[in-house]
Amino acid sequence: MPHSGKALETQDMLLNMGPQHPSTHGVLRLMIRTDGELVSECTPVVGYLHRCAEKIGENLRYEQFVPYTDRMDYLSSMSDNLGFCLAVEKLMTIEIPPRAQVIRVIMAELNRIASHLLAFGTYGLDIGAFTPFLYAFREREIILNMFEYVCGARLTYNYVKVGGVTRDVDKKFAEMVFNFLNIFDARLKDYNELLTENSIFITRTKGLGVISARTAVDYGLTGPNLRASGVHYDIRKAMPYSGYDKFNFDVILGSDDPRRCVLGDCWNRYWVRILEMIESCKIVRQAMEGLPAGKFAVDLRKIKPAVGEAYTVIENPRGELGFYIVSDGSETPTRVKVRAPSFVNLAIMPEVGKGVLIADLIAILGSIDIVLGEIDR
Amino acid sequence: MATAASRYDWDRLGVIPRASPRQSDLMIVAGTVNAKMALVVKKLYEQMPDPKYVIAMGVCVVGGGPYYKWGYSVVKGVDKVVPVDVYVPGCPPRPEALLDGIIKLQKKIQEQTLAKDPVVDRDAYTVTPALPDRKGAYAQVKPLN
Repeated sequence: MPHSGKALETQDMLLNMGPQHPSTHGVLRLMIRTDGELVSECTPVVGYLHRCAEKIGENLRYEQFVPYTDRMDYLSSMSDNLGFCLAVEKLMTIEIPPRAQVIRVIMAELNRIASHLLAFGTYGLDIGAFTPFLYAFREREIILNMFEYVCGARLTYNYVKVGGVTRDVDKKFAEMVFNFLNIFDARLKDYNELLTENSIFITRTKGLGVISARTAVDYGLTGPNLRASGVHYDIRKAMPYSGYDKFNFDVILGSDDPRRCVLGDCWNRYWVRILEMIESCKIVRQAMEGLPAGKFAVDLRKIKPAVGEAYTVIENPRGELGFYIVSDGSETPTRVKVRAPSFVNLAIMPEVGKGVLIADLIAILGSIDIVLGEIDR
Repeated sequence: MATAASRYDWDRLGVIPRASPRQSDLMIVAGTVNAKMALVVKKLYEQMPDPKYVIAMGVCVVGGGPYYKWGYSVVKGVDKVVPVDVYVPGCPPRPEALLDGIIKLQKKIQEQTLAKDPVVDRDAYTVTPALPDRKGAYAQVKPLN
């Protein structure tokens, strides 16, 4: 209401969406400058989960460091293990037996499905829908059962080791995988009914947080975020590792459908993840059917790579995960640097969080799908 | 998170997640606490109204965990920051372990007394802390005739 004829004076408010918040995925702190509910500036503050992983890498032997890679991106531990082991194997220039390579692909893809399921479930939770969370975890429990059967752990596996994998897979595992694959396609229909075609969800996410392809590439975005903006870049196709070039699968790109989405918006990022789960199912099926016989690991007495440095990238469920290892010929690395995809993806928050409401900010944050363990290492 | 989902379902034990510490009785400290986060955890604990309980979930908050030797920023055990009632080990703890921790906490609350002496609960290997001494305040209350 105007006071004595003057216009209403408003003031910007600096709000702290603190490290403890039900909607920030982990301990992320967002400093928001708002005018009422309209955000004009958004700065992420990280470091609340810094666990000195890279420094620890300088003090432990290579095989002792693998469990620490598990805990960085704890939702896709197999991929983290794989990235580190590939980097060390590149330095050691050893050949991995084909059976080990295919098992690694199976585990990485199952982990991708589990991670995308969690992203989908918690995204629904952020938007305000509780049921997708329960459905996603129902499927996730089946995958975690499989992982528990093969390596004993549900979340941090320490399964992929330098030289191969720690244990072999057997017929019972194959049975579990095929049972899962047979039911999963039908579950997609459930998810579509719950979220994808839901008009409330579409209203909340359509046209929100649009990242153009140019901006995405400039900011170094990778993974489903990049592909939802229309850029065709998947490391499994561009720089294949661990035998991915033998499998048939499509790279999912975002689309422009006037009913539901705009290229590069939150809906696209969500939809790319859902479709990537289907592609992962395809890969797992091809891999399980063509699993070669043979050894599941190279028998290494000591892991002592040559002097030098190596950088390998793999396609994490969140993007491009890179490991840079500098070795001086001894049993412990001199430097382990991790290029965490969530850390780079988070950098787009200040750009894309301008001019939205606070609730939309949460929706955008959820669609970028970050894991704080990886950001802070 | 899996403990909240349908398979392990902590809701059947009466646990409901709340958005704000001002409305909660229980704080589950899950995950590593480092020096930057310790200040926040302490602030959150102080924001909770009495009676409040803390479960330390995971070996990192129990005693430093895998970051014990070389983690320069990790607080080796969240009981250096807030008083803990139940410790749940594991890295990460299985959902069943967390449910077991919640049940132990419920048993501990059941057996809590207002007596001043600390009670050693031999089942849970924890010590129930004495409630603050209110003798000064009660001394002023006159008995009704």
